[in-house]
Amino acid sequence: MSRFKDAEHLLRLLLVFLAGMVVFVVVRRILVPRSFGEYGHYRGNAISEIASQPVVFAGHSSCETCHTDVVAVKARGAHARVNCEACHGAQAKHTEDPGTVQPPKLDTAVLCSRCHASNAAKPAHFPQVAAEEHSSGLPCDTCHQPHNPRIASGGKQ
Amino acid sequence: MKFSRRQILILLPAAAAAWDAVLAGTPETAPNYAMTEHWWGMLVDVSKCIGCGNCVRACATENEVPEGYFRTWVERYHVDDYNLAEPIVDSPDGGKQGFPPALQAGGKNFFVPKMCNHCAESPCTQVCPVGATFITPDGVVLIDKKYCIGCRYCIQACPYGCRFLNPHTETAEKCSLCYHRITKGLTTACCEACPTGARQLADLKNPKDPIHEFLRTHTVQVLKPHMATGAKLFYNDLDGSVR
Repeated sequence: MSRFKDAEHLLRLLLVFLAGMVVFVVVRRILVPRSFGEYGHYRGNAISEIASQPVVFAGHSSCETCHTDVVAVKARGAHARVNCEACHGAQAKHTEDPGTVQPPKLDTAVLCSRCHASNAAKPAHFPQVAAEEHSSGLPCDTCHQPHNPRIASGGKQ
Repeated sequence: MKFSRRQILILLPAAAAAWDAVLAGTPETAPNYAMTEHWWGMLVDVSKCIGCGNCVRACATENEVPEGYFRTWVERYHVDDYNLAEPIVDSPDGGKQGFPPALQAGGKNFFVPKMCNHCAESPCTQVCPVGATFITPDGVVLIDKKYCIGCRYCIQACPYGCRFLNPHTETAEKCSLCYHRITKGLTTACCEACPTGARQLADLKNPKDPIHEFLRTHTVQVLKPHMATGAKLFYNDLDGSVR
């Protein structure tokens, strides 16, 4: 007997097995994103997708490019390190189109008390007032100019 | 237009190459940003927090966080004399609208801002069954919304309670450390809006970042250090009662 008599059966089995492997490799290549495993066990492209989310807060450096006068006033007062958007809100749309998109007018009675209403949990050195006693209901900007809140600076013009 | 069988066979490799490009997906969006040159964290100075809720509102605006859910929130602690084990903690609407005057008299009162700790050895990334949450080479824990199957495993795994299931997308969500901002050279929305500098974005790989000097000269802690999560949210002046 020159050859193993069942070799043909084994060959067929091998072909079926190989075909299965080819199908697996092809299907896997189609289903698994190309960037999967680029940095670890995740889709590498997800990083750039998340990074491409639009920015809503423009950042203080954007404000500085145009509003140099306000930045100069602010730099002299206690609010020097308060970023513009902390009070004026997110303004990326305004920086893209300053002509048509205008920041909303602010209500100082709400805005100032968010930070300066007295609360036992606030740090003791932080300036706090009980609004009713302090101003008897008058808006804060009657006396304080928010960009430089010290009364000596002249108040609202 | 009519193609012969031969022409189609010749065109096939070109079509395969084009499909390859489609599968490869979108190119890098911030070309000047090198992931290997950064390792992001954040510094929270508890002694500076005034509980105004600016960070919570800014985060919701920047990242379209659904109403009633929080990627960052502020807690108010009230600790009686020596009872560090049982602080009274409240956080009305995550501190989004500030805090009403404290109900309890005396004792110790302070605010603690919280958010994702962007752990270097995060439990949340380890349990994800599909590779939808991961830590980037620059140290930010992110969620791939397209891959998340909403199984909530990561939400249970996070020891800091930082994750939630977005009810609209049905995918896990949490602080991304404003990855879309920090890769463009901006700070995070919460840091931008914080009026007292209680929050500071920190680049631990940048030797010029003032964080290094601060960490050297202050008694800084992370939350739940015994869990060895490698948290990168550093707290200055943290009280022992904070969990």
